[in-house]
Amino acid sequence: MPAPIRLRELIRTIRTARTQAEEREMIQKECAAIRSSFREEDNTYRCRNVAKLLYMHMLGYPAHFGQLECLKLIASQKFTDKRIGYLGAMLLLDERQDVHLLMTNCIKNDLNHSTQFVQGLALCTLGCMGSSEMCRDLAGEVEKLLKTSNSYLRKKAALCAVHVIRKVPELMEMFLPATKNLLNEKNHGVLHTSVVLLTEMCERSPDMLAHFRKNEKLVPQLVRILKNLIMSGYSPEHDVSGISDPFLQVRILRLLRILGRNDDDSSEAMNDILAQVATNTETSKNVGNAILYETVLTIMDIKSESGLRVLAINILGRFLLNNDKNIRYVALTSLLKTVQTDHNAVQRHRSTIVDCLKDLDVSIKRRAMELSFALVNGNNIRGMMKELLYFLDSCEPEFKADCASGIFLAAEKYAPSKRWHIDTIMRVLTTAGSYVRDDAVPNLIQLITNSVEMHAYTVQRLYKAILGDYSQQPLVQVAAWCIGEYGDLLVSGQCEEEEPIQVTEDEVLDILESVLISNMSTSVTRGYALTAIMKLSTRFTSTVNRIKKVVSIYGSSIDVELQQRAVEYNALFKKYDHMRSALLERMPVMEKVTTNGPTEIVQTNGETEPAPLETKPPPSGPQPTSQANDLLDLLGGNDITPVIPTAPTSKPASAGGELLDLLGDINLTGAPATAPTPAPVPQISQPSFLLDGLSSQPLFNDITAGIPSITAYSKNGLKIEFTFERSNTNPSVTVITIQASNSTELDMTDFVFQAAVPKTFQLQLLSPSSSIVPAFNTGTITQVIKVLNPQKQQLRMRIKLTYNHKGSAMQDLAEVNNFPPQSWQ
Amino acid sequence: MIKAILIFNNHGKPRLSKFYPYSEDTQQQIIRETFHLVSKRDENVCNFLEGGLLIGGSDNKLIYRHYATLYFVFCVDSSESELGILDLIQVFVETLDKCFENVCELDLIFHVDKVHNILAEMVMGGMVLETNMNEIVTQIDAQNKLEKSEAGLAGAPARAVSAVKNMNLPEIPRNINIGDISIKVPNLPSFK
Repeated sequence: MPAPIRLRELIRTIRTARTQAEEREMIQKECAAIRSSFREEDNTYRCRNVAKLLYMHMLGYPAHFGQLECLKLIASQKFTDKRIGYLGAMLLLDERQDVHLLMTNCIKNDLNHSTQFVQGLALCTLGCMGSSEMCRDLAGEVEKLLKTSNSYLRKKAALCAVHVIRKVPELMEMFLPATKNLLNEKNHGVLHTSVVLLTEMCERSPDMLAHFRKNEKLVPQLVRILKNLIMSGYSPEHDVSGISDPFLQVRILRLLRILGRNDDDSSEAMNDILAQVATNTETSKNVGNAILYETVLTIMDIKSESGLRVLAINILGRFLLNNDKNIRYVALTSLLKTVQTDHNAVQRHRSTIVDCLKDLDVSIKRRAMELSFALVNGNNIRGMMKELLYFLDSCEPEFKADCASGIFLAAEKYAPSKRWHIDTIMRVLTTAGSYVRDDAVPNLIQLITNSVEMHAYTVQRLYKAILGDYSQQPLVQVAAWCIGEYGDLLVSGQCEEEEPIQVTEDEVLDILESVLISNMSTSVTRGYALTAIMKLSTRFTSTVNRIKKVVSIYGSSIDVELQQRAVEYNALFKKYDHMRSALLERMPVMEKVTTNGPTEIVQTNGETEPAPLETKPPPSGPQPTSQANDLLDLLGGNDITPVIPTAPTSKPASAGGELLDLLGDINLTGAPATAPTPAPVPQISQPSFLLDGLSSQPLFNDITAGIPSITAYSKNGLKIEFTFERSNTNPSVTVITIQASNSTELDMTDFVFQAAVPKTFQLQLLSPSSSIVPAFNTGTITQVIKVLNPQKQQLRMRIKLTYNHKGSAMQDLAEVNNFPPQSWQ
Repeated sequence: MIKAILIFNNHGKPRLSKFYPYSEDTQQQIIRETFHLVSKRDENVCNFLEGGLLIGGSDNKLIYRHYATLYFVFCVDSSESELGILDLIQVFVETLDKCFENVCELDLIFHVDKVHNILAEMVMGGMVLETNMNEIVTQIDAQNKLEKSEAGLAGAPARAVSAVKNMNLPEIPRNINIGDISIKVPNLPSFK
């Protein structure tokens, strides 16, 4: 067989390929040649072949058949072979391959080799990809090398020790004695890696941290080294742009930060040196700024004296004015971190930060926006809002959603007056209307209802806004709702705040009809518009016939939602005309729901069948029917009725018949003067959050005392808990709140919870709070289930969970039988 | 900790890729995604980016520098100082320059293994090992010499020649004394 071609030849050949297909062909041919060469166990050319294989791997072609060859190379005696072998091992192997354990013996031998470079190679490979078993076996060797006098090996051993500690934290104790002398080295490489090792140990274990603080007198040592670096003057070997070994300085500052955090003595010991570094470092080049940046972060983190903190913030302020984008970015990031603690100091730089909003750089704009939101308070709200609105106008689309949400939040917290608040909202809706998050619409509607005196003004402005342009869906939705509610104020021209406009009823209906017809309106918006038209039938006097006509047209609409609404409204006109005025009365003022601002998805009224009620088809969610079929198949369906949950949407839906019974028990708290006869008269066009107000408080005012909660499901790190509530007045209803938490290290996404109950029960699933269960139990998904159990039978439930975890789709079925008797008796 | 070091050219072709820790399946995708993010950037914006979805999302930052036709991208997490990494990229490139003498993209293309070796002297297991350029260059030179003494990758033909050189030919006496005539047998340099 002819000698395999050299790496250089191969590269040259590949580069002559004109198309991807040609390149693939060449590579396949070469791979075949390499494979046969491997089979022949050719020792002389093995390293050449593996080198070629690595090149092809980098380009993206599969190279796993070379893994064993790498091992053979490592076992060879020649340095060249070992070098390529170890490189191949680092690039091709990882913990998941079984092959890698075979390396352990080779590495052990090489760690004791006579040539320092071979030892270095072994340390390097172990430090890059050693698995926990390998680390356990070889930790002793590494520790020995940590004590050697050869600085080349010592620094590698130190970093290898860091990797070992990361993989097997229990072995940290082993390296403790070796660290005693590490900082006495002169060689900067060793110093650097030792500081890294010490940093890792301190970060991992608070005991180590305490030990280093007290016993080792680490802080004075580090301060001494740092001082030497600054004062030593010019030393050509460590100089980078005029500063002596900035990398080491930065590392030491970082370790000082960890040592000084929450510890007064250490912080005191460092104050002087930090002040010295902060004042003496030259800032003309990036290096100086890097050191200053690290110093500032350290000062902010430890318990430094106030003079030092002021110095730090001033340095950051200076950074902000720097021409270099990187420095400004870094300054904004650190200010964001410190704004919680030193709010006033950062306020001083507010104008510079606001100027950064106008920067051309996307990363800087994002940071400046976040920081601006953090700086908004009651005093500067008007000025800041002006700037932020201007920013909203001119920024890139990727920012608009976040900016709008932030503005809503800020306005909600600090609005100086209701009119200002509504103006701001209007402004946001008109400029960035299509980027406003869907869940902001219900919040806005609630806000508008609550500001009773502003109704006329609001509806007038909204009407004017959509006169010209009704393409921005959130704006149109809010406007439609308001016109429906306060249309009478609009036509009567009662506005005090502003010049009242003359609008006739027909004009109002014109605009609502055009919204209905327009291609740009989504199904949701159309729903809003139709309901608004219906409401106007009680508020307008002369155009009732027109309204009747419009409503009856949509009785045969293709859109199921619209059709259902129209049919119901028609029925209202025909058979229940006497109830119409009561039903369509003004909305009461909403109970204020505690939300986290517009960014939280407000829970909505998702519901199930029975037949005359509607379930809004969620536009982005999975089709409910297929889920139901799955459950039916699995449960062998005769005695179980499946339940169709809805995906989290924020579309309002009408109240259901079942719910009417439940509502019969509920006192709407905080009903103001405009409230009509509450609860027993259900309102058809209820906005979503009427019941949200209920779901975030106990659902019944008369709750039976403490029903024990149960863990319904606990497997693979996913735990689901059920908590119960029942009412004395309606004992056949049980409300279960489920909480799903995740104790693994990865989030579970697209989480869907489904449940089925025996036929004698009725089940209703409301929308979940989100579809992601965050890792490490940092958060939960909550969902409310209502069970109607008129026959007081024992509660049983089958649940089905689907989610994505670690990149694969998981699915599980379980039966819940351990319901406490108090929950159904 | 440094999560990944990538070098690719203006068209997205990878010239070097090293991941700490290693992740086989998504490597090429990460390279492509990083290229997309970085190539969109203007010339005069800052050198820091949030990481893409594949590479760990908002916890990881991409710090990049654009030299002529190559992008040097370091993906780091929050424990590294951004400005420090910028300096590290600079030191890396200067070291390459010293080792290859006026380094250009072709050098990186044809000597990938050497670039890996240089990188291994600077960054180990995701952490910075050595930043002193002279130190690194000295070590690399020593290792290369060691390799050369074993006759390196292109070993075989050279080994054949050296094998012949080391052949033990019987000693040919230089001076053959035949009586008074001293005939000098000429040296045969080709068999030396």
